[in-house]
Amino acid sequence: MKVRILVFLKPSVLDPQGQTVRNALLTLGYKSVKDVRQGKAFEIELENVDRLEAEKIIPEIADKVLANPIIEKFTWEIIEA
Amino acid sequence: MKFGVVVFPGSNCDYDTFHALQNVMGQETVFLWHKDHDLQRVDGVVLPGGFSYGDYLRSGAIARFSPIMAEVKKFAEAGGLVLGICNGFQILLEAGLLPGAMLRNKNLKFLCQHVHIRVENQKTAFTNAARKGQVLRIPIAHFDGNYYADPELLAELEKNKQIVFRYCNEKGQVTEGANVNGSVSNIAGIINREGNVLGLMPHPERASEKILGSEDGRVIFQSMINYLEKKAGRGKKKATKVVKPKVTPLPPLIGTF
Repeated sequence: MKVRILVFLKPSVLDPQGQTVRNALLTLGYKSVKDVRQGKAFEIELENVDRLEAEKIIPEIADKVLANPIIEKFTWEIIEA
Repeated sequence: MKFGVVVFPGSNCDYDTFHALQNVMGQETVFLWHKDHDLQRVDGVVLPGGFSYGDYLRSGAIARFSPIMAEVKKFAEAGGLVLGICNGFQILLEAGLLPGAMLRNKNLKFLCQHVHIRVENQKTAFTNAARKGQVLRIPIAHFDGNYYADPELLAELEKNKQIVFRYCNEKGQVTEGANVNGSVSNIAGIINREGNVLGLMPHPERASEKILGSEDGRVIFQSMINYLEKKAGRGKKKATKVVKPKVTPLPPLIGTF
């Protein structure tokens, strides 16, 4: 099973890297760009687990290691069964 | 007093810190290997600056899982003195030994320069040798030093006098311009509620000898020594006692990463 976890800074936390990318896009003439948030993506391959177990493990991993809950939030999805 | 300097893969201020403690401050000092489970009965632990585990994931995020950190945590919970400098501060935050988190510097640049910090609380185990409101000139060198605390945590830190250092100008004024990395409320260093764990972004070990341009960093080490000597009941030594530098060769690092 393969899962993808996305980690972003919380909306309340300023993301200067996203802002810089946004400004670059505006400079290039993409006037419709309103906001950019930069984050991290993780793909994790699991073996010998079912969906139920993955639902237990992944949030644990994300909370403990992949994201810092003080400043970041995460979402995840199964991308390969 | 006996100090332990923790060495992680990627620590690069370990020797500077060792030198400052042993040769400048005249204290017995040992290296503590990240894979070890033994703190060698030290009186104080220092997590030095550097780029532990290449700053992968987030600064300090991987180092916090080192075997030695489990011991440091136990030591801190039992009231032991722990100082985290720069990357050491980041590790203490990630380990939950200090509250809050670090963000990338507001200008997205690695900052390597001398800064001024004001002692906001001189009644701690790390600042008792400082004068009230003393301005220290100590260098910083970091990418992720933009301290973040949400409004509730910030209020709590203020209330408990946990903000120990603030970035200021050379006159000691806490201004927006002096806040080089964008930290909330100009925070350069905080202490835990119990008062035995302190983290700061500036590098006191890089400001501990005249030849380095500033000796202000010694205030922090001297304060720790004062505190530990008092705790050990070794009488009231003068806070400003100058130790004659005695240069002993530093031990080689043993162990494989």
